[in-house]
Amino acid sequence: MAEDPTVEVPRTSRPPVIAPGYTFATVTDKISAIVLSRRTTIGWVMGFGVGVILTMVLLLAVSYLLVKGVGVWGINIPVAWGFAIVNFVWWIGIGHAGTLISAILLLLNQPWRNSINRFAEAMTLFAVMCAGLFPLLHLGRPWLFYWLFPYPNTMQVWPQFRSPLVWDVFAVSTYFTVSLLFWFVGLIPDLGTLRDRAHSRFARATYGFLAMGWRGSARHWKNYESAYLLLAGLATPLVVSVHTVVSFDFAISILPGWHTTIFPPYFVAGAIYSGFAMVLVIAIPIRKYYGLQDMITMRHLDNSAKIMLVTGLIVAYGYFIETFMAWYRQDEFDFFMIQNRMHGPYSLLYLVLILCNVLVPQVLWFRRVRKSVGALFAVSIVVLIGMWLERFIIVITSLHRDFLTSSWGMYYPTRWDWLTFWGTVGFFIMAMYLFIRFLPMISIFEMRTLLPEAEVEAEAK
Amino acid sequence: MKRAPIFGLMAEFESPTELTLAARKAYDEGYRKIDAYSPFPIEEVSEAVGFGHSRVPLVVLVGGLLGGTGGYLMQYWISALNYPINVGGRPLNSWPAFIVVTFEMTILGAALFAVFGMLALNRLPMPYHPAFNVGRFAFASKDRFFLCIEAADPKYDRVQTEAFLRALSPKHISEVPH
Repeated sequence: MAEDPTVEVPRTSRPPVIAPGYTFATVTDKISAIVLSRRTTIGWVMGFGVGVILTMVLLLAVSYLLVKGVGVWGINIPVAWGFAIVNFVWWIGIGHAGTLISAILLLLNQPWRNSINRFAEAMTLFAVMCAGLFPLLHLGRPWLFYWLFPYPNTMQVWPQFRSPLVWDVFAVSTYFTVSLLFWFVGLIPDLGTLRDRAHSRFARATYGFLAMGWRGSARHWKNYESAYLLLAGLATPLVVSVHTVVSFDFAISILPGWHTTIFPPYFVAGAIYSGFAMVLVIAIPIRKYYGLQDMITMRHLDNSAKIMLVTGLIVAYGYFIETFMAWYRQDEFDFFMIQNRMHGPYSLLYLVLILCNVLVPQVLWFRRVRKSVGALFAVSIVVLIGMWLERFIIVITSLHRDFLTSSWGMYYPTRWDWLTFWGTVGFFIMAMYLFIRFLPMISIFEMRTLLPEAEVEAEAK
Repeated sequence: MKRAPIFGLMAEFESPTELTLAARKAYDEGYRKIDAYSPFPIEEVSEAVGFGHSRVPLVVLVGGLLGGTGGYLMQYWISALNYPINVGGRPLNSWPAFIVVTFEMTILGAALFAVFGMLALNRLPMPYHPAFNVGRFAFASKDRFFLCIEAADPKYDRVQTEAFLRALSPKHISEVPH
């Protein structure tokens, strides 16, 4: 590394990536102590409890759905894609920031990613789990989900590979698999550290089993680094492809409001936008609660806010182009769709969407806002709401009034829609709490490489 | 071959620079069965112990090619040969529509080969390794750096090797039992 990351760069007066004064030992102690020796606090139990309760709500909602059928949701013709698809796209978008941080920022040699990549990757995994649940439940007969995969069967039928819905199955399942592998490979050396430092026999055996005998050999590190870098290189086009394919689910159809070429870039930018909002929503409380301000510094929050600002502007450009093209194309149905979106029955939601995604995030231009933890948290929540509304607007306003007036209708979510949605939020919270409690939420070995003492001095080069 | 009474001798250092210098000296001295252990990757050390080239990239390339060709051939066989369906007059082998799944399978194949190939090349999982018999080796995953000269090395000699290691002024020297 050319620049010493603990030293403040005076030119830009940015805070350092890791606070000065840390050594290999103190970095290791600080992060592993959260898992190994810190007592389980009341706050953790309460947060985890909220997650568990909401997960129970999810189980209830899903059970009711399985008993009664998808009719318990508000979906019908013309809006057959209700909350299920809205939530699917929202959750999977949130996952994208994790891969962006862990893979793309690694390739771009951005050392500040080292302290936030681990929990961002965990966030990706849990978000993709929540996302995957929705299309499966939306199938109607979720227990036959394996029909989506090409496997030899007695019915002698195969999936239709010309359909974007089949592409989506491959994209999302590959994304989940690769994210899981990437996360686990990143964890192996840290699991070794926990194995060597755990006090209880059970913990030592468990972490030892997972570390698979990792001993930090120079040969191992060489292969490891090579594999890790290549995984990052593979995950980078993958993450872009996933939301592109999700947008194909819409764009390949001929429905006004969906059939547009701006969708792939606009979806990918929106995904990263909401993902970074979620990163901030998670990072801000845990750095305070676990006293990690030295490792997740203001620099991280500042950088994340800037990425949110940029991707937010791309999303705003997407809204603009959508509207412009509807007018420029002079297609009756297209133009009606955009007018209906702005002035129709869902116009209030559209207004709130523009407020949340386009107007409010502009405050991030000001350094004072980016330096205020509370303001960043608030803006992130606003963006998460805005991005959810965006998916709602795209799915519902395009479907509910299409070509024939006789087939128009309205969509209203039912209480089961809401319970399922909040249930997945609960599952996400529960999984994050478990992760923070049992695994190092910051990559210990990558933090060591950030310290100045990790540098091999010139005499040995 | 007669089994040596111990696995090797292990020297402990305090900084990556010391470890790099020590590993290089050991290699220059003619020792080949050496390994260095550190709490984070140090490129110079891998080179110093004579491991400059990783075979992981080749494995990943093979995985990617297998995944990609396998993915395309699967779609071709299913859509054009085994289960041909005319969808809106599109050709049975509609390759543009097959790109997405081919791409995803390429990534999947390459990623699986990267992870399992890396583990296989590193001989992991390995439930037992003599290095862990050294009590202080637990610090190899924290803040200490170790150099191990194995008894299987032809140049190894219990007395001379220890003298050589001592000349590198390490923090500790320990025998590694089997």
